Amino acid sequence: MREDWLREDRLPHIYCAGCGNGTIMNCVLEAVERIGWEKNETVFLSGIGCSSRAPGYILTDSLHTTHGRAIAFATGVKMANPSLHVIVFTGDGDLAAIGGNHFIHACRRNIDITVVCMNNHIYGMTGGQGSPTTPIGKTSTTTPYGAKESPFDLVDLAIAAGANYVARWTSFHVKQLTDAVLTGLLTPGFSLIEVRCQCPTSYGRRNKYREPVDYMTYLKTHAILKEKWERTAGPRDELPSDSFLVGEFVRRNRPVMGVSDET
Amino acid sequence: MQGNIASAEGALAAGCTFFAGYPITPSTEVAEHMASRMPKIKGACYIQMEDEIASMAAIIGAAWTGARSMTATSGPGFSLMMENIGYAFMTETPCVLVNIQRGGPSTGQPTMAAQGDMMQVRFGSHGDYSVIALCPSSVQECFDLTAKAFNLADRFRTPVFLMADEVIGHMREKIEIPDRVEIIRPKPLADGALPFAPGPDGVPGFAPFGSGRHIHVTGLTHDERGYPDTTNPSRHESLVRRLVSKIEDARHEIADYTIVNEDAAYVFVCYGAPVRTVREVVERQKVPGTGYLQLRIVWPFPENLLSRFPNVRAFIVPEMNLGMMAREIGRHVRTPVIPVSRLGGDLHTPEELVQAIRTAGGI
Repeated sequence: MREDWLREDRLPHIYCAGCGNGTIMNCVLEAVERIGWEKNETVFLSGIGCSSRAPGYILTDSLHTTHGRAIAFATGVKMANPSLHVIVFTGDGDLAAIGGNHFIHACRRNIDITVVCMNNHIYGMTGGQGSPTTPIGKTSTTTPYGAKESPFDLVDLAIAAGANYVARWTSFHVKQLTDAVLTGLLTPGFSLIEVRCQCPTSYGRRNKYREPVDYMTYLKTHAILKEKWERTAGPRDELPSDSFLVGEFVRRNRPVMGVSDET
Repeated sequence: MQGNIASAEGALAAGCTFFAGYPITPSTEVAEHMASRMPKIKGACYIQMEDEIASMAAIIGAAWTGARSMTATSGPGFSLMMENIGYAFMTETPCVLVNIQRGGPSTGQPTMAAQGDMMQVRFGSHGDYSVIALCPSSVQECFDLTAKAFNLADRFRTPVFLMADEVIGHMREKIEIPDRVEIIRPKPLADGALPFAPGPDGVPGFAPFGSGRHIHVTGLTHDERGYPDTTNPSRHESLVRRLVSKIEDARHEIADYTIVNEDAAYVFVCYGAPVRTVREVVERQKVPGTGYLQLRIVWPFPENLLSRFPNVRAFIVPEMNLGMMAREIGRHVRTPVIPVSRLGGDLHTPEELVQAIRTAGGI
């Protein structure tokens, strides 16, 4: 990662020891660097939550907005100046709960932005409340007896709503994640990269992943490559419990909005 | 031309190149007209968003690219915009909101006029803040004041509100469209200056996204670099006091008003649609002893204008609400303030206003 992309005068950052967010920021900046985008032409946006503090540490123009609304703000930035490269950092609560409507409509419009969702299945900044991606049975401060609501599948949601590029990786799969972000950045239209990541402070502590490495091990051992699953599983097979698919789910060419005339 | 169309044309004349909106009666014609006009203007963008929350967010995002941006709505949509209005104020984002007021609370009377959002525009978002709000009383003023709103937004780096109402928005009158309107853009961010360090007028310079200044914009309490600093009490106090006073301190200078009959004993204070009934009583019927103060900028409230009437015995305030601005006027004067409230959507009749003068002891 190019260190000159960081606001060093803002360090130390607020992330807890063992947090996965820094790894994801690193992968995104690595992808931006590989494409060769300049700081002057790249804008990072975010809503509210731990994930949303990321743009504040990156040395570009950045808009740290209101809870759930970052994609709507990003729509304004991109449509008003399509020559800017627009990237949104968000979390599971920000994107799928309070921001759910903006999310699906941006997918529908297929606006040319890239959204990186740090999905730690919990509201970390407010101290560990359940979110729309908290798995059934998992514990949070607002689901002390285990979550009872069915979670959203962010990838399915983005595909159904019309995004041009949709991928899921984890904070363990840094090479694949970097490649996926790069592909998302280069794909015209809306790109969602969901990144499952550890939150030892608020999620791990209550769900038997107290050490960051415990959750990293879980991510490594329970992530099943989409292509492999499709190759080997029978039509009636269900994913093993606690497992999830990773990989590229959609890369397509629906009509887009906000693409610069210059490119 | 219709008031709502005049408002859209005023915005375009002022160089508005970004409009985000959501359909709502009685403001929809503003969006419809923008949807028709903007695709034919190079570099301009019209977008219909998924709701008013997103509309407000989008115009703020667009404003940070340097575009003159606007949305239009009415009561229920205005309520949804409150969250991001506070964000625009806190981040000093210039943008314009048109609110064609209708009867509330809640869904209320979608097709009928009201002035019930005059306190919501002033206080509706959380925390201490201040606003610039303009009130047209004719189709010509819809054009002129919308264009002016963009200059005020840029000069003070703040959201500016055109608080019209259904009567004015849907009324048709002939107007004169000037060859060009005055355009005042934000002062640029000086080389080496911090992005949120104020000038002598309390307003920082502006550098749009993409201009190489790498500005961090946040709704959190921030320092002059724009970096969050949320637990330092003096940082928060000085920021909020500056944001409020840059607007409040300018209230006499930016006041936009008409005074008729300064020596009147019975003075109507009015804005928006009720101005038309007041002019009938004072200027055409020439009811003796009457005069008026029409406010085209209602917030920040220019309280000094109330002292321009040396012989005043009562201020009479006809409003299409239960006395919102009458309450504000009463804060500033010892003279009796008589609200003449109208709800339901009809304008005051001239007879009602004459009766109010009689009740006050005049005529």
